[in-house]
Amino acid sequence: MRAMHWGLRVEMDRYKKAFSKKKAFIPFTVVGDPDLKTSEQIIRTMIDSGADALELGIAFTDPIADGTTIQKADDRVLKRRTNLDEIFGVIKRIRKYSNEIPIGLLIYYNLIYQRGIEKFYRDAKNAGVDGILVADLPIEEAGDAVKAARKAKISPIFIVSPTTTANRLKKILRHARGFIYVVSLLGVTGARHRINPAVYRLLKFVKPKTKLPLAVGFGISKPEHVKAILSGGASGVIVGSAIVKIIEKNLGSKKRILSRISSYVRKMKSAT
Amino acid sequence: MKSKGKFGKYGGMFVPETLMPALEELEAAFNKYRNDKKFNRELNELLKDYAGRPTPLYFAKKFSAVCGCRVYLKREDLLHGGAHKTNNGLGQGLLAKYMGKKRLIAETGAGQHGFATALVGAYFGIPTEIYMGVEDIRRQHMNVLRMLVCGAKINPVSTGTGTLKEAINDALRDWITNIETTYYVFGTVAGPHPYPTIVKHFQKIIGKEARRQILRAEGRLPDAVVACVGGGSNAMGIFDAFRNDASVRLIGVEPGGKGINTPYHGASLTKGREGVFQGSLSYVLQNKEGQIQDTYSISAGLDYPGIGPEHPHLRDIRRAEYTTITDKEALAAFRLLSEVEGIIPALESAHAIAYAIKLGKKMKKSDIMVINLSGRGDKDMDHACNALGIKG
Repeated sequence: MRAMHWGLRVEMDRYKKAFSKKKAFIPFTVVGDPDLKTSEQIIRTMIDSGADALELGIAFTDPIADGTTIQKADDRVLKRRTNLDEIFGVIKRIRKYSNEIPIGLLIYYNLIYQRGIEKFYRDAKNAGVDGILVADLPIEEAGDAVKAARKAKISPIFIVSPTTTANRLKKILRHARGFIYVVSLLGVTGARHRINPAVYRLLKFVKPKTKLPLAVGFGISKPEHVKAILSGGASGVIVGSAIVKIIEKNLGSKKRILSRISSYVRKMKSAT
Repeated sequence: MKSKGKFGKYGGMFVPETLMPALEELEAAFNKYRNDKKFNRELNELLKDYAGRPTPLYFAKKFSAVCGCRVYLKREDLLHGGAHKTNNGLGQGLLAKYMGKKRLIAETGAGQHGFATALVGAYFGIPTEIYMGVEDIRRQHMNVLRMLVCGAKINPVSTGTGTLKEAINDALRDWITNIETTYYVFGTVAGPHPYPTIVKHFQKIIGKEARRQILRAEGRLPDAVVACVGGGSNAMGIFDAFRNDASVRLIGVEPGGKGINTPYHGASLTKGREGVFQGSLSYVLQNKEGQIQDTYSISAGLDYPGIGPEHPHLRDIRRAEYTTITDKEALAAFRLLSEVEGIIPALESAHAIAYAIKLGKKMKKSDIMVINLSGRGDKDMDHACNALGIKG
C-alpha cells in the first residue's frame, strides 16, 4: 500500500515538476505521423526545442472531437496499418530519451476497451506514459478507466469545456489528476485566428476550485495566443493542429518537417 | 442526467465533455414533454393529418402464396416522406421547437432521415442542414433533390467511404461547435443516450398500430415480426409493442452485402464485436485493435458499422434474433414484391422481404408473419435497376 502511494507520487511528480518551475508549452502530435521513424524524430525535436510536456495522439478511424487537420493525420497513420504495439514502442524510446518530460496520451475509448482496460493502462505505464485523456469518455462513463488508471499509476486527465456546469466540474475534479485540460472554445480541434474570450471566464471559474494546473488547448496557434492565455491564469498551453499542419504541408521533406517544427516550438515556447 | 441510458450493459454516453450538457438538456426536455398533453396532441395531429397515420397493415395475398404463410405488410412506405423516418423527424422536430432551438442538423444515409428532417424544418420554419456522404449523395440522388427543394442545405462528407458513419461524425462535430443554438435530429436508435430512447419513443407507434391491426384482422398475434436493421430504428419501432408477447418471434435482418464471409457487408451484430462507437457501447464492425471497419451494402440506409444498443441487449436476453440477407437476395426481393404486389420496397426494406421468403418455407400455411415495410423504393429506382440490368 505504502509503495503504491509512493509510486503514484513519483509519477504525478513529472507533471508537477513541469508545471511548478514555469508556464508549460505542450505540443501535440499524432504518433506515427507521417511514419513511425519520422514521428519519433519529431517528438525528440519537440523535446530538444523546449517542450515542457508532450501530448501524444493515438490515431482512430472516427475522431469525433477532432477537426480535419488531425483527422487527416490519423488517416495517414492508419493507412500504414500502424498498430498500438508499434506506437507504444515509439513512446518507450521517447521515455528513454527523456526521463523528465511528462507524456500524456490523447485517445478514443474503443482502443482502450478492445485491448482490455486494465491491460491498456498497464501497457501505457510500461511504455512511460504519465497521463491519459480519453476524448469520448465523460466522467459518467469513466469509472472503469479511472480505476485502471489509479492501479497503473497513470493520471486520468479530464476536459473542462465552456459548457461544463458547476455540478459537472465538481464531479470531474474529484477524479482528475495531473492537470485539467481546459477546452478554449465550443468546437473541435483546429487552429483559429482569434482566441475566444469565453476561455478567460472559464479559467476564472475553474481556477479557484482546484490545485491542479490548468492547460488550455483547442484553437491555439500563435505566440500572442500563448501570451494572452497564460496571462489569463492558465499554467500551460497545448498546441496540436498547428503542428500537425506543418507535417501535412511538408510531407515531401522530412528535413523540412523537423526544422520547421523545431523553430515553431522554440517560437511558441519563448512566448510562455 | 436522470438515467445512464443502459440496455443491459449496452448504451451509455461516450461523447466529448462539450456535448454532455447538451445531452442533459435534451434528456430533461424529452422527459418534460414525452407525457405532456399539449405536446402529444400537437404531435398526434401532425402524425395523422400531415403524415398520414395510421399506416395500413396490408394482407399481401399473392406474396403470401410465395412465402407459404399469411404475410402482412406494415405500410410505412405510405407514410409522408416515403419511410418510417418521418415519425422520428416530426417527434424530434417538435421537441426542438418546444426547446426553442434555432437550427436543425441531421445525418443521413439513404436520405430518408435527411428528407424527414428537411420537411420538418420546412414545416416549423427552422433552418436545416443535412450531412450526407458523397457516395450516398451519388446513389440516393432523388432524396438529395427532395431535401434541396424543401430548403435544406446539404453538406457533403467526403472522408472515409463517404457514407453514413462519416456523416454522423461530421454532424457530431457541427453539434459540438454550435451546441447553444442547434438541435441535432439523430436518425436512428443509436448514438449516445438519450437518443436510443428518444428515437424508439417516436418510432414505437409502428408496432402499437400493427399489433392492434393484426388483432383486428386475425384475432390473434402474429408468429413472427420481421424488419431490416441498419441502426435499427424501424425494427425497434415495430418490435417494441410485441416485446412482452413471448409467442411472437422478433427477427432483425442485417445487410449481408456481397456475403458475410467477405469484407463487404454491414452485419454489425452478426459479425461485429462489442465496442464503443459514436456515443454508445454496442456491437461494432472493427478490427482487432478497435479501429472501425469500412462497410458495404447496396442499401445506403443499412450501410453502417454500428447498431443501436438495445438490439444486442434483445439478442442477449434471447428476445430477438438477427440474421442477414445479401445484396443479391435483397434485389431479387425488390423485384419480386414489385411484380406480385405492385409495391416497390426500399432496398433497405427489401432485406426484410427477402428474409420473409426464406422464413416462410419453415412456417405453416396458417402461420402469420408481419413485415415492416419501412420505406418505398422510389429513391432506389436508378441504383436498383442498374444492378438488375433493367433498362428504361
